[in-house]
Amino acid sequence: MIESIGRRSISAIEEVGRVGYFLRDMARGLRDVGTWGGLVLLQMRRVGVDSLPVALFIAAFTGVVLALQASYTFTGAVPLYFVGTLVGKTMMLELGPVLAGLALAGRVGASMAAELGTMKVTEQVDALETLAYDPQSYLVVPRVIAGTLMFPVIVAFAVATGITTGWLTSLVLLDLSTPDFLKGLKLFYVFKDVWFGLLKSATFGFTITLVGCIEGLSTRGGAEGVGRSTTRAVVYSAILILVLDAFLAVVLL
Amino acid sequence: MIEFQDLQKAFDGKPVLQGLSLKVRDAETVVIIGYSGTGKSVALKHIVGLLHPDAGDVIVDGQAVSTLDRDGLTELRRGIGYVFQFAALFDSLTVADNVALGLKRRGLDDEEIEERVLEALALVDLSGSGDRMPAELSGGMRKRVGIARAIALRPRYILYDEPTTGLDPVTSAVIDRLMVRTREHLGVTGVVVTHDMRSAYTIGDRIAMLFEGRIRQVGSVAEIQRTEDPVVRQFIEGRAE
Repeated sequence: MIESIGRRSISAIEEVGRVGYFLRDMARGLRDVGTWGGLVLLQMRRVGVDSLPVALFIAAFTGVVLALQASYTFTGAVPLYFVGTLVGKTMMLELGPVLAGLALAGRVGASMAAELGTMKVTEQVDALETLAYDPQSYLVVPRVIAGTLMFPVIVAFAVATGITTGWLTSLVLLDLSTPDFLKGLKLFYVFKDVWFGLLKSATFGFTITLVGCIEGLSTRGGAEGVGRSTTRAVVYSAILILVLDAFLAVVLL
Repeated sequence: MIEFQDLQKAFDGKPVLQGLSLKVRDAETVVIIGYSGTGKSVALKHIVGLLHPDAGDVIVDGQAVSTLDRDGLTELRRGIGYVFQFAALFDSLTVADNVALGLKRRGLDDEEIEERVLEALALVDLSGSGDRMPAELSGGMRKRVGIARAIALRPRYILYDEPTTGLDPVTSAVIDRLMVRTREHLGVTGVVVTHDMRSAYTIGDRIAMLFEGRIRQVGSVAEIQRTEDPVVRQFIEGRAE
């Protein structure tokens, strides 16, 4: 029992150390702008544009459900225009960033871990090194920068989509007029709602891409190893998103 | 010159290299032969610093590889071409872009890069294949692109990891001829890791047998063919016992 706890503790400390070394190497890779500079746009397209449909799809249905559940909860007790308040606040502060983050942990994190993992086991990463490239500059830095920059953009679109579908739902199914929905939306709005949501998204983007890269580049073995890395990337990213979500709420709200 | 000095390496406590010592002189091709899993590729990876030794070192042009920092390693790697066992081509890049990647890193202008890519592809008989993707190529063609990628750099040294493994005899002979042609055209020093004896006899100036983590015997092709060492004899004759 004690031995098992000891082993797990050592393993956890080693894992923290591994992430620390990886971050140090990534910081070193940042110096080589000539290598990663030209690759960031490509990654931004892959992370951003290609992920947008998934995020918008999730946000659209979330907006509908939020409006209906708000109206269901408020019936008789709270004025119906509060539906706008609830849809707006919830989308901006919580569901927009978190749901998009969780969905993209599966899409972006898994794809990065699988791609880099395959490159690792087929010696493409070694080949990069022998061609005098730093894999951190060529593979990791552009992906992490793209994730950090593009996640807030994706989430901004997702939040706008969620609020729009919430408004349409209120209009069509709840007999709530547009001025009333907007009145609710503006009621407790503060600019912090926006920057807090976007900051959270950037943090999630950084975390998901970083975890995808760490797991991908530490892949060992063949196809089975790639599968393990991919699964770990998704699971760790999802857990970290939820932990960071709570942490940021405690620290910033 | 490349010199292995008492190189030792273990993985998960299991020793692989146990004091490998070998000198590779300038402009010669040394073939390292040995059973699968004896550490031939591991030895090769130490030359470019892809692996760090537990003890001993590899000296390249007077520099101890294990003591180099990343900038030092980058500089060292600029002078070395590495041909991987399964070519290790970048799946997302065309053949031409694969060959050009190392040249871009060296800061050459676009015109010179294009010229060198065409020249390297011509040398491996793949002119006109620059726009193809690696997935469209056969195993032999992939290996030839790997060789083109290495020779386009015009390196001082080329390291070949199992260049003919998994290829049919005719394609193997094509690769052998290509390696000989590369040495003759570019005058590079080569280290080849293989267990294909026909290939070893064709391309090697000297042959070294790695056995139980050390060099069992090293000598010219003729010396190895005449050897009376029972372990080397059994290996080169491919006898089960």
